[in-house]
Amino acid sequence: MAVCVAVIAKENYPLYIRSTPTENELKFHYMVHTSLDVVDEKISAMGKALVDQRELYLGLLYPTEDYKVYGYVTNSKVKFVMVVDSSNTALRDNEIRSMFRKLHNSYTDVMCNPFYNPGDRIQSRFVSLGRAFDNMVTSMMIQVC
Amino acid sequence: MWSTSGPGVSVPPGALDCWVFLSCLEVLQRIEGCCDRAQIDSNIAHTVGLWSYATEKLKSLGYLCGLVSEKGPNSEDLNRTVDLLAGLGAERPETANTAQSPYKKLKEALSSVEAFEKHYLDLSHATIEMYTSIGRIRSAKFVGKDLAEFYMRKKAPQKAEIYLQGALKNYLAEGWALPITHTRKQLAECQKHLGQIENYLQTSSLLASDCHLTEEERKHFCQEILDFASQPSDSPGHKIVLPMHSFAQLRDLHFDPSNAVVHVGGVLSIEITMYSQMPVPVHVEQIVVNVHFSIEKNSYRKTAEWLTKHKMANGIINFPPETAPFPVSQNSLPALELYEMFERSPSDNSLNTTGIICRNVHMLLRRQESSSSLEMPSGVALEEGPHVLRCSLVTLEPGANKITFRTQAKEPGTYTLRQLCASVGSVWFVLPHIYPIVQYDVYSQEPQLHVEPLADSLLAGIPQKVKFTVTTGHYTIKNGDSLQLSNAEAMLFLCPVESRAVVYSNTREQSSDAALRIQSSDKVTSISLPTAPAYHVIEFELEVLSLPSAPALGGESDMLGTPEPHRKHKDKQKTGHCMVTTDHKVSIDCPWSIYSTVIALTFSVPFRTTHALLSSGTRKYVQVCVENLSELDFQLSDSYLVDTRDSTDLQLVPLNTQSQQHIHSQQSLFFVWELTWTEEPPPPLHCRFSVGFSPASEEQLSVSLKPYTYEFQVENFFTLYNVKAEISPPSGMEYCRTGSLCSLEVLITRLSDLLEVDKDEALTESDEHFSTKLMYEVVDNSSNWAVCGKSCGVISMPVAAQATHRVHMEVMPLFAGYLPLPDVKLFKYLPHHSAHSSQLDADSWIENDSLSVDKHGDEPPDSSSLKSRGSMQSVCSGEHKGLPMPRLQALPAGQVFNSSSGTQVLVIPSQDDHVLEVSVT
Repeated sequence: MAVCVAVIAKENYPLYIRSTPTENELKFHYMVHTSLDVVDEKISAMGKALVDQRELYLGLLYPTEDYKVYGYVTNSKVKFVMVVDSSNTALRDNEIRSMFRKLHNSYTDVMCNPFYNPGDRIQSRFVSLGRAFDNMVTSMMIQVC
Repeated sequence: MWSTSGPGVSVPPGALDCWVFLSCLEVLQRIEGCCDRAQIDSNIAHTVGLWSYATEKLKSLGYLCGLVSEKGPNSEDLNRTVDLLAGLGAERPETANTAQSPYKKLKEALSSVEAFEKHYLDLSHATIEMYTSIGRIRSAKFVGKDLAEFYMRKKAPQKAEIYLQGALKNYLAEGWALPITHTRKQLAECQKHLGQIENYLQTSSLLASDCHLTEEERKHFCQEILDFASQPSDSPGHKIVLPMHSFAQLRDLHFDPSNAVVHVGGVLSIEITMYSQMPVPVHVEQIVVNVHFSIEKNSYRKTAEWLTKHKMANGIINFPPETAPFPVSQNSLPALELYEMFERSPSDNSLNTTGIICRNVHMLLRRQESSSSLEMPSGVALEEGPHVLRCSLVTLEPGANKITFRTQAKEPGTYTLRQLCASVGSVWFVLPHIYPIVQYDVYSQEPQLHVEPLADSLLAGIPQKVKFTVTTGHYTIKNGDSLQLSNAEAMLFLCPVESRAVVYSNTREQSSDAALRIQSSDKVTSISLPTAPAYHVIEFELEVLSLPSAPALGGESDMLGTPEPHRKHKDKQKTGHCMVTTDHKVSIDCPWSIYSTVIALTFSVPFRTTHALLSSGTRKYVQVCVENLSELDFQLSDSYLVDTRDSTDLQLVPLNTQSQQHIHSQQSLFFVWELTWTEEPPPPLHCRFSVGFSPASEEQLSVSLKPYTYEFQVENFFTLYNVKAEISPPSGMEYCRTGSLCSLEVLITRLSDLLEVDKDEALTESDEHFSTKLMYEVVDNSSNWAVCGKSCGVISMPVAAQATHRVHMEVMPLFAGYLPLPDVKLFKYLPHHSAHSSQLDADSWIENDSLSVDKHGDEPPDSSSLKSRGSMQSVCSGEHKGLPMPRLQALPAGQVFNSSSGTQVLVIPSQDDHVLEVSVT
């Protein structure tokens, strides 16, 4: 269902970005990067809200002709961005939300791994580290078919 | 929101784009129509998406209709345009009359290349402006990139460049690898068109090392650089200086010798590992390291310690991976370099403060902006200096390459590696600063000679090994060079036959060894040194033998020549534990200097000797005690005691049974001789004790060792008085009892007539009878006895053989058992008019200012002079300070014989003791 999933560090560099292999990877990189403008805007807009009331899910960031870009930000300002095909009308807001939550949980697992240095890119070549995360993202991207 | 791909409707290409474009503009126009300016501005965030969408659509229409190409649309493009325009149909009546409408705008834009450009630029600029105004910089840059692409199509690279640079800067700052690569590729093309050679080559080198590109693309960009480098430059000597990091990275550096210290003329090799980032092997004409030379102020003094102490871990320096240009916030800051710091007080070396210091604060605390100059400034300064390390004609294969520089050290000082340059034709890749700092040192050293004992201390009298170390420094030892040792009188250099000299290189590797040739004459010992190159070390061992010498008593032993015996500690208490030392100075002439080197060797005498005179009635014995103070065991043999005056009257009869004796470390041996004489009184005895000795452990020594000698004299040893004390129980009792008075009878007997020694102030003459004044004193140091009444008194003793004086007094035993008798001491009582005050000891004045005791050198060391003086004071306490007063003089030990010393008296407990004292300790 998702065509691109990205995890972006607090400093706005990508920790993890993966898109469907059939599509032009570069296009999604640009798209995710551009979407950070909206993420920043939304974060600064809700900056005043109390921490416990803060909604991590940012909702639809912006639509393009073919895709919808959704955003999610953790308390430590790590951003999750998901690009979804706009033709997939079956996807409701709630499902996007639960996908983000799953993503967040997997990311937390990665962070809990003592062999992971916070700030490093999440790479699937380190078996226990990135593999689980990668598998989870794959499952999120396959579901659509 | 806008689904443009409805199912089942087929439309010509571009028709949907037209529809979307029109829709967007219609919506925007409606909004503009019903809101005022301020409202529109505050809602840009919501409308800018439509603007951007419309711009995008117009762009794709332009590309579709051939309006963006350089040559203008071809016929096919025109057909497509006509189709699209026809498909638009007629403008709706409500806008037909207005000067501007989306419909008119689209129609105009598609009608000509110029009009399209105008409308597209208008829209793009408006969108960029709006994005920028609400802070969506990334989106603005993205639109800008589209614009740059448009300009590139229109062959206007100068306009495109600024947009590409802006976008690239943004991507670099946030570390987005793929967009960076893509934008760089566009920028490279733009720079190529613009003819910015240096920038183009730099971008090309970055792209050639970019792992996100395909192998083909990387090779292409690499080839671009190589092509440029190989073409003949129009201005020879012109260099294109590019930063090194995209071309190759310095990984590590390895010194040989590993401590990075070489002597003048020595060869130093530096091996570096360069990791080439290029996809193909690159032939580099030369790799040059610029070296900064500085003269170390105290390098001369440092060198000797440096060779031994100053060692780098293993001579390998690792360089941190070149800071990748992204992500900025992560890698551009170097890791903290923290070190422990201790500050000790200079006086007693105690710890004052401790802490942690950060060595690279300057790197961490500098302003963020300056460090985020993302693209390396192309103006890298190329340092030119007289000192360079060069390596020519190297092929850098992709990946790690090892390059070795060899240099011969010339001037002493510190050399710091500054810049690393690799030249490919006219292109120079430069690493402007090598960090961490890499240095090597060159030193020059004067030749030196060290002589040091192998053991902690040298012992006199036996052969001792001494190590000679010649550090050749800059001097080369030629054949025939020798050390000339001028012999000290009391010290010999022994040359074992098979002694060898070993030559070491500076790094302590043995390079050769040779037999040592030594020639000795009376005055000079000459040692031929083996030939050795400069900066080597020659080591050999010799044996030295110093003549054993006892501490000369009375300063009359002058046979030892130059040695200067001295005690290490003035305090007499301590001399018991340390050996007497003798310094021998040797002057050595070295071939490298016109001046002689003077070397002092300190020898310790392993023995300490004391003597004592023992009496038994009138018979006399001389006892010599030899104490071994050293750590070695010795074999003593052939002990002799000879009278140096050779007087016929005196004879020394040895009572020693064994001719050879073993003396262990810290052990004492006693030798006894009986002294007999033929004529009374005997003359003073001057004698010399000598004993042969050799280390017990060694089997056979090559040299015969000189015996150990000790000289002393004994005077006034003829017995004049016999003192006999006797304690008898009270009358009617069989034994003495505690608490009851017993009588003590002291019998003082003169054994000889008037002798020479008696002639002093105490002697009085009346009617041809001579008498002298003596004082006796009964002292009981162990508090066994209580003396009742007077414990001392002055008697007038007739100076005649067998004259006897009897003293009676009462003593009370305090304890039961066999008690030793109290001591009876005899002093010469000198009248007050004597003029001996100059001989008085200062301390006796201080301690006892009403009475003084003259002590003679012959007095046995265990004499409790202090105690006797203390009790004496009570006797004569009536005297006044400062008045002339009688003096007491202890009789020489040999003159008084206490015949009752050692006898004991049985004391039984008194019967009425009903208190039992029990003391528990």
